[in-house]
Amino acid sequence: MRIVCPFCGERELGEYTYLGDAKPQRPAADAGEDAVYDYVYLRDNIAGVMSEHWYHGGGCRAWLKVTRNTLTHEISAVEPTAGAGAAKVGV
Amino acid sequence: MKYSIFSLARAALSGHKTWKPTWRDAAPKDRYDVVIIGGGGHGLATAWFLASEFGIRNVAVLEKGWIGSGNAGRNTTIIRSNYGLPGNTGFYELSMKLWERMEQDLNYNAMVSQRGVINLYHSDAQRDAFARRGNTMRINGIDADLLDQAALRKLMPFLNFDNARFPVQGGLLQRRGGTARHDAVVWGYAHAASELGVDIIQNCEVTGFVRDANGKVTGVETSRGKIGTGKVGMAVAGSSSRVAAMAGLRLPIESHVLQAFVSEAIKPLLPNVMTFGAGHFYVSQSDKGGLVFGGDIDGYNSYAQRGNLPVVEDVCEGGMALIPMIGRVRLLRQWGGIMDMSMDGSPIIDKSPVEGLYLNAGWCYGGFKATPGSGFVFAHLIAQDQSHKEAARFRLDRFRRGAMIDEKGQGAQPNLH
Repeated sequence: MRIVCPFCGERELGEYTYLGDAKPQRPAADAGEDAVYDYVYLRDNIAGVMSEHWYHGGGCRAWLKVTRNTLTHEISAVEPTAGAGAAKVGV
Repeated sequence: MKYSIFSLARAALSGHKTWKPTWRDAAPKDRYDVVIIGGGGHGLATAWFLASEFGIRNVAVLEKGWIGSGNAGRNTTIIRSNYGLPGNTGFYELSMKLWERMEQDLNYNAMVSQRGVINLYHSDAQRDAFARRGNTMRINGIDADLLDQAALRKLMPFLNFDNARFPVQGGLLQRRGGTARHDAVVWGYAHAASELGVDIIQNCEVTGFVRDANGKVTGVETSRGKIGTGKVGMAVAGSSSRVAAMAGLRLPIESHVLQAFVSEAIKPLLPNVMTFGAGHFYVSQSDKGGLVFGGDIDGYNSYAQRGNLPVVEDVCEGGMALIPMIGRVRLLRQWGGIMDMSMDGSPIIDKSPVEGLYLNAGWCYGGFKATPGSGFVFAHLIAQDQSHKEAARFRLDRFRRGAMIDEKGQGAQPNLH
Protein backbone atom coordinates (compact mmCIF):
# COMPACT_ATOMS: atom_id res chain seq x y z
CA MET A 1 0.00 0.00 0.00
CA ARG A 2 1.37 3.38 -1.06
CA ILE A 3 -0.42 6.66 -0.63
CA VAL A 4 -0.14 9.43 -3.22
CA CYS A 5 0.11 12.58 -1.13
CA PRO A 6 -1.30 15.57 -3.03
CA PHE A 7 1.70 17.62 -1.89
CA CYS A 8 4.58 15.13 -1.89
CA GLY A 9 3.61 12.49 -4.46
CA GLU A 10 3.63 8.71 -3.98
CA ARG A 11 5.20 7.72 -0.66
CA GLU A 12 5.53 4.47 1.28
CA LEU A 13 3.12 3.63 4.06
CA GLY A 14 5.68 4.05 6.85
CA GLU A 15 5.55 7.83 6.39
CA TYR A 16 1.88 7.95 7.34
CA THR A 17 -0.06 7.56 10.57
CA TYR A 18 -3.63 6.33 10.68
CA LEU A 19 -6.41 7.93 12.66
CA GLY A 20 -9.44 6.05 11.38
CA ASP A 21 -12.90 6.44 9.93
CA ALA A 22 -13.49 10.04 8.79
CA LYS A 23 -17.25 9.76 9.23
CA PRO A 24 -17.76 10.34 12.97
CA GLN A 25 -18.41 14.03 13.65
CA ARG A 26 -17.86 15.48 17.09
CA PRO A 27 -21.29 16.18 18.63
CA ALA A 28 -22.23 19.69 19.71
CA ALA A 29 -21.27 20.66 23.26
CA ASP A 30 -24.88 20.35 24.43
CA ALA A 31 -25.53 17.01 22.71
CA GLY A 32 -26.58 14.23 25.07
CA GLU A 33 -24.51 11.37 26.45
CA ASP A 34 -25.81 9.00 23.79
CA ALA A 35 -24.38 11.15 21.00
CA VAL A 36 -20.98 11.33 22.71
CA TYR A 37 -20.95 7.59 23.37
CA ASP A 38 -21.77 6.95 19.74
CA TYR A 39 -19.03 9.32 18.54
CA VAL A 40 -16.28 8.04 20.83
CA TYR A 41 -16.94 4.30 20.81
CA LEU A 42 -19.22 3.00 18.07
CA ARG A 43 -17.91 2.35 14.56
CA ASP A 44 -19.45 1.25 11.28
CA ASN A 45 -16.27 -0.81 10.73
CA ILE A 46 -16.97 -0.89 7.02
CA ALA A 47 -15.99 -3.90 4.92
CA GLY A 48 -15.58 -2.09 1.61
CA VAL A 49 -14.94 1.50 0.56
CA MET A 50 -14.26 3.76 3.52
CA SER A 51 -13.22 7.39 3.90
CA GLU A 52 -10.52 7.81 6.53
CA HIS A 53 -8.02 10.23 8.05
CA TRP A 54 -4.28 9.72 7.58
CA TYR A 55 -1.46 12.04 8.71
CA HIS A 56 1.64 12.47 6.56
CA GLY A 57 4.05 12.85 9.49
CA GLY A 58 7.05 11.63 7.50
CA GLY A 59 6.49 14.21 4.78
CA CYS A 60 4.53 17.44 4.57
CA ARG A 61 2.73 16.87 7.90
CA ALA A 62 -0.62 17.44 6.24
CA TRP A 63 -3.82 15.65 7.23
CA LEU A 64 -5.30 13.70 4.34
CA LYS A 65 -8.68 12.18 3.64
CA VAL A 66 -8.09 8.84 1.92
CA THR A 67 -10.80 6.79 0.23
CA ARG A 68 -9.74 3.16 0.57
CA ASN A 69 -11.28 -0.29 0.22
CA THR A 70 -10.75 -2.24 3.45
CA LEU A 71 -11.28 -5.56 1.64
CA THR A 72 -8.56 -5.00 -0.98
CA HIS A 73 -6.48 -2.03 0.34
CA GLU A 74 -7.13 -0.28 -2.99
CA ILE A 75 -6.97 3.52 -2.68
CA SER A 76 -9.31 5.44 -4.98
CA ALA A 77 -8.86 9.05 -3.81
CA VAL A 78 -6.59 11.17 -1.61
CA GLU A 79 -7.44 14.76 -0.78
CA PRO A 80 -6.11 17.29 1.69
CA THR A 81 -8.31 17.96 4.68
CA ALA A 82 -8.32 20.68 7.30
CA GLY A 83 -6.75 18.55 10.00
CA ALA A 84 -8.49 15.75 11.82
CA GLY A 85 -9.68 17.95 14.67
CA ALA A 86 -11.13 20.55 12.34
CA ALA A 87 -12.52 17.94 9.97
CA LYS A 88 -14.32 16.18 12.79
CA VAL A 89 -16.23 19.30 13.77
CA GLY A 90 -17.18 19.85 10.14
CA VAL A 91 -14.95 22.85 9.32
CA MET B 1 -13.52 -43.11 18.94
CA LYS B 2 -11.25 -42.92 21.97
CA TYR B 3 -7.58 -42.14 21.42
CA SER B 4 -4.96 -43.93 23.51
CA ILE B 5 -1.66 -45.74 23.20
CA PHE B 6 -3.69 -48.88 22.40
CA SER B 7 -5.69 -47.24 19.60
CA LEU B 8 -2.42 -45.97 18.19
CA ALA B 9 -0.86 -49.44 18.37
CA ARG B 10 -3.91 -51.09 16.81
CA ALA B 11 -3.98 -48.60 13.94
CA ALA B 12 -0.23 -48.95 13.44
CA LEU B 13 -0.55 -52.75 13.15
CA SER B 14 -3.21 -52.34 10.47
CA GLY B 15 -1.08 -49.89 8.51
CA HIS B 16 -3.00 -46.83 9.73
CA LYS B 17 -5.93 -47.73 7.48
CA THR B 18 -8.49 -48.02 10.27
CA TRP B 19 -8.55 -44.40 11.51
CA LYS B 20 -12.03 -42.87 11.50
CA PRO B 21 -12.66 -39.16 10.89
CA THR B 22 -11.90 -37.17 14.06
CA TRP B 23 -15.30 -35.51 14.01
CA ARG B 24 -18.58 -35.76 12.13
CA ASP B 25 -19.22 -33.35 9.22
CA ALA B 26 -22.96 -32.73 9.76
CA ALA B 27 -25.77 -31.41 7.56
CA PRO B 28 -28.03 -28.77 9.13
CA LYS B 29 -31.25 -29.82 10.88
CA ASP B 30 -34.33 -27.58 10.97
CA ARG B 31 -33.95 -26.63 14.60
CA TYR B 32 -31.43 -26.53 17.46
CA ASP B 33 -31.54 -25.39 21.09
CA VAL B 34 -28.44 -23.27 20.49
CA VAL B 35 -26.72 -22.17 17.28
CA ILE B 36 -23.12 -20.96 17.46
CA ILE B 37 -21.92 -18.83 14.55
CA GLY B 38 -18.24 -19.38 13.91
CA GLY B 39 -16.36 -22.70 13.80
CA GLY B 40 -13.10 -21.40 15.20
CA GLY B 41 -11.58 -22.28 18.55
CA HIS B 42 -13.98 -20.13 20.56
CA GLY B 43 -17.13 -21.34 18.80
CA LEU B 44 -16.20 -25.01 19.04
CA ALA B 45 -15.08 -24.65 22.67
CA THR B 46 -18.41 -22.99 23.47
CA ALA B 47 -20.30 -25.86 21.86
CA TRP B 48 -18.24 -28.42 23.77
CA PHE B 49 -18.77 -26.71 27.13
CA LEU B 50 -22.51 -26.36 26.41
CA ALA B 51 -22.67 -30.11 25.84
CA SER B 52 -20.27 -31.28 28.54
CA GLU B 53 -20.80 -28.78 31.39
CA PHE B 54 -24.29 -27.40 30.86
CA GLY B 55 -26.14 -30.40 29.41
CA ILE B 56 -27.22 -28.71 26.17
CA ARG B 57 -26.35 -31.13 23.39
CA ASN B 58 -28.75 -30.08 20.64
CA VAL B 59 -26.23 -27.55 19.37
CA ALA B 60 -25.00 -26.54 15.90
CA VAL B 61 -21.75 -24.78 15.07
CA LEU B 62 -22.03 -22.94 11.74
CA GLU B 63 -18.81 -22.18 9.88
CA LYS B 64 -18.77 -20.28 6.58
CA GLY B 65 -15.51 -21.93 5.45
CA TRP B 66 -13.90 -24.93 7.10
CA ILE B 67 -13.32 -25.18 10.82
CA GLY B 68 -10.22 -23.38 11.98
CA SER B 69 -9.80 -21.53 8.67
CA GLY B 70 -9.83 -18.10 10.30
CA ASN B 71 -7.72 -16.83 13.16
CA ALA B 72 -7.60 -20.23 14.88
CA GLY B 73 -5.06 -21.25 12.25
CA ARG B 74 -3.34 -17.87 11.93
CA ASN B 75 -2.21 -17.09 15.45
CA THR B 76 1.21 -17.64 17.02
CA THR B 77 -0.04 -20.30 19.47
CA ILE B 78 0.94 -18.59 22.72
CA ILE B 79 -0.87 -19.29 26.00
CA ARG B 80 -0.35 -17.20 29.15
CA SER B 81 -2.25 -15.52 31.97
CA ASN B 82 0.01 -12.57 32.83
CA TYR B 83 -2.58 -9.80 32.88
CA GLY B 84 -2.66 -6.99 35.41
CA LEU B 85 -6.17 -5.56 35.52
CA PRO B 86 -9.18 -6.82 37.48
CA GLY B 87 -11.40 -8.62 35.00
CA ASN B 88 -8.53 -9.86 32.87
CA THR B 89 -6.34 -11.42 35.57
CA GLY B 90 -8.94 -13.90 36.81
CA PHE B 91 -10.38 -14.68 33.41
CA TYR B 92 -7.08 -15.54 31.74
CA GLU B 93 -6.07 -17.68 34.73
CA LEU B 94 -9.36 -19.58 34.42
CA SER B 95 -8.40 -20.13 30.79
CA MET B 96 -4.88 -21.23 31.74
CA LYS B 97 -6.25 -23.80 34.19
CA LEU B 98 -8.46 -25.16 31.42
CA TRP B 99 -5.45 -25.39 29.09
CA GLU B 100 -3.71 -27.50 31.72
CA ARG B 101 -6.45 -30.16 31.65
CA MET B 102 -7.65 -29.72 28.07
CA GLU B 103 -5.98 -32.77 26.58
CA GLN B 104 -7.45 -35.08 29.24
CA ASP B 105 -10.86 -33.41 28.97
CA LEU B 106 -10.97 -33.70 25.19
CA ASN B 107 -9.04 -36.97 24.76
CA TYR B 108 -6.95 -35.17 22.18
CA ASN B 109 -3.29 -34.23 21.98
CA ALA B 110 -3.16 -30.45 21.65
CA MET B 111 0.60 -30.39 22.33
CA VAL B 112 0.19 -27.98 25.23
CA SER B 113 3.74 -27.05 26.16
CA GLN B 114 4.29 -25.01 29.34
CA ARG B 115 7.73 -23.82 28.36
CA GLY B 116 7.38 -20.39 29.99
CA VAL B 117 6.66 -16.91 28.69
CA ILE B 118 9.19 -14.13 29.35
CA ASN B 119 8.47 -10.42 28.91
CA LEU B 120 11.76 -8.52 28.70
CA TYR B 121 12.38 -5.22 30.47
CA HIS B 122 14.96 -2.61 29.57
CA SER B 123 14.84 0.10 32.22
CA ASP B 124 14.32 0.54 35.95
CA ALA B 125 10.87 1.98 35.33
CA GLN B 126 9.81 -0.96 33.16
CA ARG B 127 11.20 -3.39 35.76
CA ASP B 128 9.07 -1.70 38.42
CA ALA B 129 5.98 -1.94 36.21
CA PHE B 130 6.67 -5.64 35.59
CA ALA B 131 7.30 -6.25 39.30
CA ARG B 132 3.92 -4.74 39.98
CA ARG B 133 2.26 -6.92 37.35
CA GLY B 134 4.03 -9.99 38.74
CA ASN B 135 2.82 -9.13 42.24
CA THR B 136 -0.72 -8.68 40.93
CA MET B 137 -0.49 -12.11 39.38
CA ARG B 138 0.90 -13.73 42.53
CA ILE B 139 -1.73 -12.33 44.88
CA ASN B 140 -4.28 -13.79 42.47
CA GLY B 141 -2.63 -17.21 42.73
CA ILE B 142 -0.83 -17.06 39.36
CA ASP B 143 2.85 -17.91 39.06
CA ALA B 144 5.27 -15.10 38.21
CA ASP B 145 9.01 -14.67 38.63
CA LEU B 146 11.00 -11.52 38.07
CA LEU B 147 14.34 -12.47 36.54
CA ASP B 148 17.39 -10.25 36.70
CA GLN B 149 19.95 -10.11 33.93
CA ALA B 150 22.15 -12.86 35.38
CA ALA B 151 19.23 -15.31 35.48
CA LEU B 152 18.21 -14.36 31.96
CA ARG B 153 21.77 -14.81 30.65
CA LYS B 154 21.64 -18.44 31.81
CA LEU B 155 18.35 -19.07 30.01
CA MET B 156 19.05 -17.16 26.82
CA PRO B 157 22.74 -16.30 26.46
CA PHE B 158 22.28 -15.25 22.85
CA LEU B 159 20.23 -12.11 23.54
CA ASN B 160 21.80 -8.76 22.71
CA PHE B 161 21.99 -7.72 26.37
CA ASP B 162 24.08 -4.64 25.65
CA ASN B 163 21.82 -3.15 22.97
CA ALA B 164 22.49 0.60 23.12
CA ARG B 165 18.84 1.64 22.92
CA PHE B 166 17.15 -1.23 24.79
CA PRO B 167 19.73 -2.96 27.04
CA VAL B 168 18.11 -6.15 28.38
CA GLN B 169 17.98 -5.88 32.17
CA GLY B 170 15.79 -8.89 32.86
CA GLY B 171 12.31 -10.25 32.36
CA LEU B 172 9.03 -11.26 33.94
CA LEU B 173 8.63 -15.02 33.61
CA GLN B 174 5.40 -17.00 33.80
CA ARG B 175 6.60 -20.60 33.83
CA ARG B 176 3.13 -22.05 33.26
CA GLY B 177 2.74 -20.08 30.06
CA GLY B 178 3.83 -21.54 26.76
CA THR B 179 2.38 -22.72 23.49
CA ALA B 180 -0.22 -25.15 22.13
CA ARG B 181 -0.74 -26.62 18.69
CA HIS B 182 -3.44 -24.30 17.34
CA ASP B 183 -5.00 -26.60 14.72
CA ALA B 184 -5.13 -29.45 17.22
CA VAL B 185 -7.08 -27.21 19.61
CA VAL B 186 -9.76 -26.77 16.94
CA TRP B 187 -9.75 -30.45 16.01
CA GLY B 188 -9.79 -31.49 19.66
CA TYR B 189 -12.83 -29.40 20.50
CA ALA B 190 -14.53 -30.54 17.27
CA HIS B 191 -13.75 -34.17 18.16
CA ALA B 192 -15.05 -33.95 21.71
CA ALA B 193 -18.11 -31.83 20.84
CA SER B 194 -19.03 -34.08 17.95
CA GLU B 195 -18.80 -37.14 20.23
CA LEU B 196 -21.41 -35.50 22.48
CA GLY B 197 -23.79 -34.90 19.57
CA VAL B 198 -22.93 -31.35 18.50
CA ASP B 199 -23.46 -30.77 14.76
CA ILE B 200 -20.47 -29.09 13.09
CA ILE B 201 -21.70 -27.63 9.82
CA GLN B 202 -19.12 -26.27 7.39
CA ASN B 203 -19.57 -24.13 4.28
CA CYS B 204 -22.62 -22.66 5.95
CA GLU B 205 -22.55 -18.87 5.98
CA VAL B 206 -25.06 -16.95 8.07
CA THR B 207 -26.77 -14.38 5.86
CA GLY B 208 -29.32 -12.95 8.28
CA PHE B 209 -31.25 -13.32 11.52
CA VAL B 210 -34.88 -14.43 11.73
CA ARG B 211 -36.75 -12.41 14.36
CA ASP B 212 -40.29 -12.40 15.69
CA ALA B 213 -42.61 -9.41 16.10
CA ASN B 214 -40.91 -8.45 19.40
CA GLY B 215 -37.47 -8.51 17.79
CA LYS B 216 -36.41 -11.73 19.49
CA VAL B 217 -34.14 -13.98 17.47
CA THR B 218 -35.94 -17.16 16.38
CA GLY B 219 -33.40 -18.47 13.90
CA VAL B 220 -30.76 -17.73 11.32
CA GLU B 221 -30.83 -17.57 7.54
CA THR B 222 -27.85 -19.38 6.07
CA SER B 223 -26.40 -20.34 2.70
CA ARG B 224 -27.72 -23.85 3.50
CA GLY B 225 -31.24 -22.78 4.43
CA LYS B 226 -33.09 -21.48 7.45
CA ILE B 227 -32.25 -22.90 10.89
CA GLY B 228 -34.59 -22.31 13.82
CA THR B 229 -33.29 -21.71 17.35
CA GLY B 230 -34.04 -19.64 20.44
CA LYS B 231 -30.41 -18.76 21.20
CA VAL B 232 -27.66 -17.68 18.85
CA GLY B 233 -24.08 -17.23 20.06
CA MET B 234 -21.75 -15.23 17.88
CA ALA B 235 -18.03 -16.11 18.00
CA VAL B 236 -16.76 -14.61 14.76
CA ALA B 237 -13.87 -12.38 15.86
CA GLY B 238 -12.62 -10.38 12.89
CA SER B 239 -16.10 -10.23 11.41
CA SER B 240 -18.11 -9.32 14.51
CA SER B 241 -19.24 -5.96 13.14
CA ARG B 242 -20.45 -7.53 9.91
CA VAL B 243 -22.49 -10.25 11.60
CA ALA B 244 -23.83 -7.88 14.28
CA ALA B 245 -24.91 -5.46 11.54
CA MET B 246 -27.32 -8.15 10.26
CA ALA B 247 -29.10 -7.76 13.60
CA GLY B 248 -28.99 -3.97 13.36
CA LEU B 249 -26.18 -3.54 15.92
CA ARG B 250 -23.10 -1.30 15.83
CA LEU B 251 -20.23 -2.43 18.01
CA PRO B 252 -17.28 -0.66 19.71
CA ILE B 253 -14.95 -2.63 17.44
CA GLU B 254 -12.69 -2.04 14.44
CA SER B 255 -11.22 -4.81 12.28
CA HIS B 256 -7.45 -4.58 11.83
CA VAL B 257 -4.82 -6.80 10.26
CA LEU B 258 -2.07 -8.50 12.28
CA GLN B 259 0.79 -10.25 10.52
CA ALA B 260 2.71 -13.29 11.69
CA PHE B 261 5.84 -14.98 10.40
CA VAL B 262 7.64 -18.29 10.47
CA SER B 263 11.26 -19.01 9.58
CA GLU B 264 12.78 -22.12 8.08
CA ALA B 265 13.25 -24.92 10.62
CA ILE B 266 16.41 -24.82 12.69
CA LYS B 267 17.74 -26.91 15.60
CA PRO B 268 16.36 -26.14 19.09
CA LEU B 269 17.29 -22.56 19.93
CA LEU B 270 14.62 -20.81 21.99
CA PRO B 271 13.70 -22.44 25.29
CA ASN B 272 10.73 -20.13 25.97
CA VAL B 273 8.25 -17.78 24.45
CA MET B 274 9.90 -14.37 24.56
CA THR B 275 8.38 -10.95 24.08
CA PHE B 276 10.31 -7.77 23.33
CA GLY B 277 7.53 -5.23 23.75
CA ALA B 278 9.82 -2.24 23.49
CA GLY B 279 10.93 -3.40 20.05
CA HIS B 280 7.56 -4.73 18.79
CA PHE B 281 8.74 -8.31 18.48
CA TYR B 282 7.87 -11.63 20.09
CA VAL B 283 9.01 -15.12 19.21
CA SER B 284 8.84 -18.80 20.07
CA GLN B 285 10.09 -21.92 18.35
CA SER B 286 7.65 -24.49 17.05
CA ASP B 287 8.20 -28.21 17.53
CA LYS B 288 9.00 -28.41 13.82
CA GLY B 289 11.88 -26.00 14.47
CA GLY B 290 10.61 -22.85 12.79
CA LEU B 291 10.82 -19.56 14.64
CA VAL B 292 7.26 -18.26 14.94
CA PHE B 293 7.19 -14.52 15.46
CA GLY B 294 5.24 -11.32 15.09
CA GLY B 295 4.85 -7.75 16.27
CA ASP B 296 2.27 -5.01 16.18
CA ILE B 297 -0.88 -4.79 14.12
CA ASP B 298 -0.49 -2.86 10.87
CA GLY B 299 -2.61 -0.04 12.29
CA TYR B 300 -5.32 0.59 9.70
CA ASN B 301 -8.77 -0.94 9.25
CA SER B 302 -8.62 -4.05 7.12
CA TYR B 303 -10.55 -7.18 6.24
CA ALA B 304 -7.93 -8.29 3.71
CA GLN B 305 -6.11 -10.99 5.75
CA ARG B 306 -2.82 -9.63 4.46
CA GLY B 307 -0.62 -6.77 5.59
CA ASN B 308 2.01 -4.40 4.27
CA LEU B 309 5.80 -4.21 4.21
CA PRO B 310 6.51 -1.47 6.81
CA VAL B 311 5.39 -3.84 9.58
CA VAL B 312 7.42 -6.70 8.09
CA GLU B 313 10.47 -4.44 8.24
CA ASP B 314 9.64 -3.25 11.77
CA VAL B 315 9.20 -6.80 13.11
CA CYS B 316 12.38 -8.08 11.48
CA GLU B 317 14.33 -5.08 12.81
CA GLY B 318 13.03 -5.89 16.29
CA GLY B 319 14.19 -9.48 15.91
CA MET B 320 17.62 -8.45 14.66
CA ALA B 321 18.04 -5.92 17.47
CA LEU B 322 17.37 -8.53 20.12
CA ILE B 323 18.82 -11.73 18.60
CA PRO B 324 21.35 -10.61 15.98
CA MET B 325 22.12 -14.19 14.90
CA ILE B 326 18.62 -14.75 13.50
CA GLY B 327 19.61 -12.52 10.59
CA ARG B 328 21.08 -15.67 9.06
CA VAL B 329 17.77 -17.52 9.19
CA ARG B 330 15.53 -17.30 6.14
CA LEU B 331 11.90 -16.26 6.40
CA LEU B 332 9.66 -19.09 5.25
CA ARG B 333 6.13 -17.72 5.34
CA GLN B 334 4.22 -14.67 6.37
CA TRP B 335 0.45 -14.15 6.63
CA GLY B 336 -2.24 -11.95 8.13
CA GLY B 337 -5.40 -12.36 10.16
CA ILE B 338 -8.23 -9.99 10.99
CA MET B 339 -8.33 -8.79 14.59
CA ASP B 340 -11.48 -7.69 16.38
CA MET B 341 -9.92 -4.59 17.96
CA SER B 342 -12.15 -3.31 20.74
CA MET B 343 -12.07 0.21 22.11
CA ASP B 344 -10.22 -0.73 25.31
CA GLY B 345 -8.24 -3.75 24.15
CA SER B 346 -10.38 -6.23 26.10
CA PRO B 347 -13.07 -8.65 24.94
CA ILE B 348 -16.86 -8.46 25.07
CA ILE B 349 -18.79 -11.51 26.31
CA ASP B 350 -22.33 -10.45 26.94
CA LYS B 351 -25.96 -10.60 25.91
CA SER B 352 -26.62 -8.24 23.03
CA PRO B 353 -29.48 -5.71 23.02
CA VAL B 354 -31.26 -8.17 20.68
CA GLU B 355 -32.98 -10.86 22.73
CA GLY B 356 -31.63 -14.31 21.97
CA LEU B 357 -28.37 -13.04 20.45
CA TYR B 358 -25.20 -13.44 22.54
CA LEU B 359 -21.89 -11.73 21.79
CA ASN B 360 -18.39 -13.11 22.05
CA ALA B 361 -16.21 -10.50 20.37
CA GLY B 362 -13.43 -7.93 20.64
CA TRP B 363 -10.56 -10.35 21.28
CA CYS B 364 -8.01 -8.01 19.71
CA TYR B 365 -4.82 -9.99 19.02
CA GLY B 366 -5.15 -12.13 22.17
CA GLY B 367 -7.92 -14.57 21.41
CA PHE B 368 -5.97 -17.83 21.13
CA LYS B 369 -4.86 -18.04 24.77
CA ALA B 370 -8.45 -17.33 25.79
CA THR B 371 -9.94 -20.20 23.76
CA PRO B 372 -10.95 -22.60 26.57
CA GLY B 373 -11.88 -19.83 29.03
CA SER B 374 -13.89 -18.01 26.40
CA GLY B 375 -15.75 -21.18 25.48
CA PHE B 376 -16.51 -21.94 29.12
CA VAL B 377 -17.82 -18.50 30.15
CA PHE B 378 -19.71 -18.04 26.87
CA ALA B 379 -21.41 -21.41 27.31
CA HIS B 380 -22.23 -20.34 30.88
CA LEU B 381 -23.78 -17.10 29.61
CA ILE B 382 -25.85 -18.84 26.92
CA ALA B 383 -27.00 -21.68 29.17
CA GLN B 384 -27.79 -19.66 32.31
CA ASP B 385 -28.48 -16.19 30.88
CA GLN B 386 -26.02 -14.58 33.26
CA SER B 387 -22.31 -13.85 33.11
CA HIS B 388 -19.82 -16.18 34.73
CA LYS B 389 -18.13 -14.35 37.61
CA GLU B 390 -14.77 -14.30 35.82
CA ALA B 391 -16.35 -12.65 32.78
CA ALA B 392 -18.63 -10.30 34.66
CA ARG B 393 -16.64 -7.24 33.60
CA PHE B 394 -16.59 -8.04 29.87
CA ARG B 395 -19.89 -6.25 29.39
CA LEU B 396 -20.93 -4.47 26.22
CA ASP B 397 -22.16 -1.45 28.19
CA ARG B 398 -18.84 -0.90 29.99
CA PHE B 399 -17.86 1.75 27.44
CA ARG B 400 -20.98 3.75 28.17
CA ARG B 401 -20.45 3.33 31.92
CA GLY B 402 -16.79 4.31 31.75
CA ALA B 403 -15.73 0.91 33.14
CA MET B 404 -13.07 0.18 30.53
CA ILE B 405 -10.50 -2.60 30.98
CA ASP B 406 -7.60 -0.90 29.23
CA GLU B 407 -4.33 -2.77 29.99
CA LYS B 408 -2.30 -0.47 27.77
CA GLY B 409 -4.01 2.78 28.76
CA GLN B 410 -4.49 3.93 25.17
CA GLY B 411 -8.12 4.99 25.27
CA ALA B 412 -10.63 4.56 22.45
CA GLN B 413 -8.10 4.25 19.63
CA PRO B 414 -8.17 0.58 18.64
CA ASN B 415 -5.09 0.66 16.38
CA LEU B 416 -2.92 1.62 19.38
CA HIS B 417 -3.93 -1.26 21.67
